[in-house]
Parts: sequence; C-alpha cells; structure tokens
Amino acid sequence: MTFFIKIGRNTLNILQGVGAASIMLFQALVGKPEPRKMFPLLIRQLYVVGVQSMLIILISGLFIGMVLGLQGYTILVDFGAEQALGPMVALSLLRELGPVVTALLFAGRAGSALTAEIGLMRATEQLSSLEMMAVDPLRRVVAPRFWAGFISMPLLALMFSAVGIYGGFLVGVQWLGVDDGAFWSVMQASVEWQNDILNGFIKSLVFAIVVTWIALYKGYTAAPTSPGISAATTQTVVYSSLAVLGLDFVLTAVMFG
Amino acid sequence: METRKIELLVGVFISAAVVALIFLALQVANQSSAMRGETYTLYANFDNIGGLKVRSPVKVGGVVVGRVANIELDPEYFEAVVELQISKSFSQFPETSSASILTSGLLGEQYIGLEPGFMDDDVFVLEDGDSIFSTNSAVVLEELIGQFLFSQGDN
Repeated sequence: MTFFIKIGRNTLNILQGVGAASIMLFQALVGKPEPRKMFPLLIRQLYVVGVQSMLIILISGLFIGMVLGLQGYTILVDFGAEQALGPMVALSLLRELGPVVTALLFAGRAGSALTAEIGLMRATEQLSSLEMMAVDPLRRVVAPRFWAGFISMPLLALMFSAVGIYGGFLVGVQWLGVDDGAFWSVMQASVEWQNDILNGFIKSLVFAIVVTWIALYKGYTAAPTSPGISAATTQTVVYSSLAVLGLDFVLTAVMFG
Repeated sequence: METRKIELLVGVFISAAVVALIFLALQVANQSSAMRGETYTLYANFDNIGGLKVRSPVKVGGVVVGRVANIELDPEYFEAVVELQISKSFSQFPETSSASILTSGLLGEQYIGLEPGFMDDDVFVLEDGDSIFSTNSAVVLEELIGQFLFSQGDN
C-alpha cells in the first residue's frame, strides 16, 4: 500500500515541478517585448554565460578532436583505411560529441553558476526587493539569462566542432601523416550540410533550452539556505546531464535512425 | 568603459561562432550537395540496381558529371527507372553511350559509370528527357556465387 502511495506522490511531485517550471518560463518569456531595457541585460548575460565558457569549450574541443584523431587512426590503419579518419572525426563531432559534450560542459560551467546566482538572489531577498519595486524578477532576472543560454550554447557547440575537427587534423595529418588532401576531400564527400551540420545544430538548440531551463528553475526555487543552494546547484548539474544524455538518444533516433 | 569591454568580448564571441560556422560549411561539408550549375535529365532502365541510392554519383572515366535524382520501378516491365541529372557542361553524349552500375573499391559505394559511345552522322546526341538504351545491371554477389556453383556442377 505505502509503495503505491510513494509512487503516486513522486509522480505528482514530478508533474508539479514540470508544471511550475513551465509556468516560470512562460511568465518570463511571454509578454510585451522591451528591447531597449532587455538588450543591455542580454549582452551582460551573453558575456557571463557565453564568453566566459568559451575557453573551456575551445580547449576541450581541441583535445577531444585530437584524441579522436589518435584513436581513430590506430584502428583505421589496421584496415588500411586511414583516409576515413576525416569523416570519422567530423561526423562524430558534428553529430554527437559537439552538441552533447558542449551541453555537459555548459551545464557544469554556466548552468551551475546561474543556479547559484539566482539561488543566492533568492536567499538574500534581492528577488523580493525587485518585486517591492514593482520590477518583475522573472522578466528582469530570468528572461535575459534564458535567452543568453539559448543563444550562446549552439554557438559554443559550433566552435567546439570546428576546433575539434582542427584538432583531429593536427594529429591525423600533421603528426601521423594521413594525406592532407584525402583527409579533407573524403570528409567533404561524406559530411552533408543538412543531415549532419544542421541536425547537430538543432540538437544543441534543444540542449540549450533544457540545460538553461533546468538551471534557472532550480535556482529560482532553491531553498534560501546554504544547503539549499548547494543542493540546487548539484541538482542542476545532475538533472541537466541526465536530460541531455536521454534526449540525445531520442533526437538521434529521430534524426539518424 | 566596463560596458564597452563586455560588448567587445560578446562581439568577439559571436564572430568566433560565425567563423566556426563558415569553416564547417565550406571546409567540412560538401558545397556541391545540390549540383551547381544547370543540369539536364537522362533516364536509364536497369534490371537490378543493387545498392544504388538517390544522390549516388554518375561518373565518366572516374569524373563526377552528375547525380542520381530519382529511382522508381516501372509498373509495367518491373524494371528500375533511374533518373540521372547531368551537368549541362557535359551535353554531348551520343545515344550509343552505355550506363553500368559499378562499385568503387571492394566494399565501396555504388555509382553509375557512363561510357560514351561512338559518334556518327546518323547517331543522335542524348538530350533532356532521353533514355540510355544500353545498360548493365549491378553485380549481385549471391548471383555470382550461384553462377559459379552452377558452372562447377557441370564439370
């Protein structure tokens, strides 16, 4: 009996959370657009969320591309097919690793920071003071951060893929001696603009929405205590990583299945 | 001052993303996904197309001159009708040309090899919408093995 009660309670809690998160996002985003007020806030958040994540994304992209080049080469050279290194590196980055690893890093680098910042705003009653001044904290605090995440993560994923492919080129061509022309031309023959680049971009758009949304909701509803904020930050990273990996399977099945 | 610096860095960020996109579009993906330039259409009927796909290349002497635009089954004769889009710059194929389905390498993709035929006074040039009469179907491994076993049985 208690078992079913537990299941029912958990389900209701989850549904309530999803509903509250949807209402929060709806209230933050839907309304009279005020570009004059919003734009400076958006720029500020693009700096915090996008520019400050660039370094970790570029460096991880370079190293992941280099590792792909090295691992791919050692396997492909056994079959005398080291020319296929180009498409292998490019396709795995564009289709999977670019969007997914960027989303995971983004959740750790920017998502946790968003949660902690908003959670602390809640704890120090900055959000309440905004309300006292008749400023809607959802519009003023949550909306610019959401758009900043939504815009910057796909751009970061593009950079990740580009730098990763360059890393694969460095290891494969410059170091291990795969033929320069074959590397690029076989890659160009098998990478398609719509199938691979566009689908990867759509993936990263979806991940951007999910990760930013979870981070903002967890911060906005964090318990206004030190353990509360710490728990919310942890939950952001855990939930968004799980959501990204789960959604990635679904999206891959729809796009390439 | 502070705002200007932030704006500058955000500008750099967006530009870096645009550069990445241009790099991916031009250097990594194939630009000629839709054949550039004007094309004309030829048809070829095959008994068996094997693993030929839409967008497989059409080659003359190893050089890509066009792509497979469409593959259908003729409902009357149960033959595969392959629609080829050939670049307008190669529009001088005589009607004696033949098309065969070949495989690049041992395990590679299948493509259409176009073999230009002889040219004579009473031989026409293939134009838009014409069909190539002389075709060779794809080689299917099982049929080859079957033939081989059959010829072994005779001995």
